[in-house]
Amino acid sequence: MSFDWKTYQPMLIPNIPDFHKIEVYEKNGGYEQLTKILKNQTEFSPEAVTTIVKNSGLRGRGGAGFNTGLKWSFMPKPDGGPRYLAANGDESEPGTFKDRTIFEFNPHSFIEGAIIAAYAMRIDAVYVYIRGEYRSWIKMMEKAIDDAYKAGYLGKNIKGSGFSTEMYVHSGAGAYICGEESSLMESLEGKRGYPRVKPPFPAQKGLWGRPTTINNIESLANVPLILRIGAEAYAAIGAKNHPGPLLYGISGHVNRPGVYEFPSGMSIETLINEVCGGMRNGKKLKAVIPGGSSTPPLRADQVVGVTMDSDSLRTAGSMLGTAGMVIMDEDTDMVDVLTRISHFYHHESCGQCTPCREGTGWLEKTLKKINRGDGEMRDLDLLLDICTQMEGRTICALADAAAWPVRYTITRFKEDFEARCKQTVYALA
Amino acid sequence: MNTYAFTSEELAEIERIKAKYPHHQAAVMPVLWMAQDKFGHVDVDVQRLVAATIDLPESHVHGVATFYTQYFKEKQGKYVLDVCTCLSCHIGGGVEMLNYLEEKLGIKDGETTADGKFTVKGVECLGACGYAPMMQITNDVFVNHLTKEKLDTVIDSLKKDVLPEFEPVPLVQNRP
Repeated sequence: MSFDWKTYQPMLIPNIPDFHKIEVYEKNGGYEQLTKILKNQTEFSPEAVTTIVKNSGLRGRGGAGFNTGLKWSFMPKPDGGPRYLAANGDESEPGTFKDRTIFEFNPHSFIEGAIIAAYAMRIDAVYVYIRGEYRSWIKMMEKAIDDAYKAGYLGKNIKGSGFSTEMYVHSGAGAYICGEESSLMESLEGKRGYPRVKPPFPAQKGLWGRPTTINNIESLANVPLILRIGAEAYAAIGAKNHPGPLLYGISGHVNRPGVYEFPSGMSIETLINEVCGGMRNGKKLKAVIPGGSSTPPLRADQVVGVTMDSDSLRTAGSMLGTAGMVIMDEDTDMVDVLTRISHFYHHESCGQCTPCREGTGWLEKTLKKINRGDGEMRDLDLLLDICTQMEGRTICALADAAAWPVRYTITRFKEDFEARCKQTVYALA
Repeated sequence: MNTYAFTSEELAEIERIKAKYPHHQAAVMPVLWMAQDKFGHVDVDVQRLVAATIDLPESHVHGVATFYTQYFKEKQGKYVLDVCTCLSCHIGGGVEMLNYLEEKLGIKDGETTADGKFTVKGVECLGACGYAPMMQITNDVFVNHLTKEKLDTVIDSLKKDVLPEFEPVPLVQNRP
């Protein structure tokens, strides 16, 4: 494949001045897909729209990477009661800062995508859950939604189609766990964000006990594009099993960090060395966290030939996650970095399940001990043992998200940890 | 003693908030935000007001207020400087920026200056990883690419009650 990143024209966030304004968005083909669907409801039945999205191969951009159209198809048949869509803009995974670019520069593609999703699943109300720290972006979204209401794309009997849906913004207030879908629903209902036991899954019993689907902001922002170019053309963009344009949030020790849009499946080496202008101060690469702090870090030698898609990253020993990449140079102290990551998960554990509440605490305590130079070799085994006791033993995946970086940072950067532990000299009693 | 109250306009706004949800309990987070914007914090007395206003048990409102870190459970400085020290900021100098602020203002992480103007906190990821190190001012505007010089400028203008302007950060490819 001869893909030239230098000539790539962004499609999710096109380079058009004032594209966040509804009139500019409309002038450039915005809301045409929604209008097309509403005018041809026989051709574009809710089922047909769901099938198009399913066939496009769009996979959730929030981290789990589940086929979005397939998720939509899990909604039960309407029974006359209310049905909900929750759009997940909690974006709290360290290293992830992509959705805010959509809120700021192309909110209407998200809104149009969400209305199309609402049509496909016969949704009565869409709740846009945005992390509380993004107050500036919450205001932008509220303005954009207001404009969409005024233009008649939201509300009762949209454009005379007989289809109605509402859209509201709900602000979080500083809790990482609320990015977990069932916790997000609890938070929307006005409770502490404690994840729910599944089953029942949200499509059966979600918000207020009614059928609910939760989709990431970026996933929904892709929907108008899919309708515009067709499922087949969309599926041909980027990596085969994880297609479409992708927002890469790149941070850390590179010369040009920031959010980039490219097709999925970009080579990690190209991203670091060419797109981001190489490592800062000419340093050597030490480690890459490919998709947010919970995805296992890769050593420099492990990223050779690896591309940013689920298959390639799985083979390399990590995950795509949110495509929030953290790049670290040769001077990075991996013991210190892991201690900081573990502090985050300890701080953010909701405390509902014992293995997570206690486990994240012990991970942090033990890592702090090692980090300050008081660690013993057996502490490394203890850490791995705590991981085993956490993984898969809790209601939600936060325990796994806390355990994976510990397990894989220790095993992949063993020398760093052993060197730190060996510094400790204990006098014999 | 509960000395806090909402105005009739605010009560009307609360009714509009409640109407967005099928159950009034869902209004608790937006109303706590409203209260915090008005009173500067949501201490136990403000929580009682919120509970009474939207007809929820005080214990429930207290549970929610204490679960979420952005609700201030006690009075803070006029400007709360939340310096991100999480992953990308940690490897990008966030802790150094926090230490500089502590030194400059003569307070420790979590403390408020004697004149009640500034509170400094080291916080978890704020979602500005590519623009590290950064901080957020009183749950609102983000200040990116911090340096000691930039912090000096920001503190000086905050002393005159001038908030820094919002810094737009476009997709890297779309930058001029």
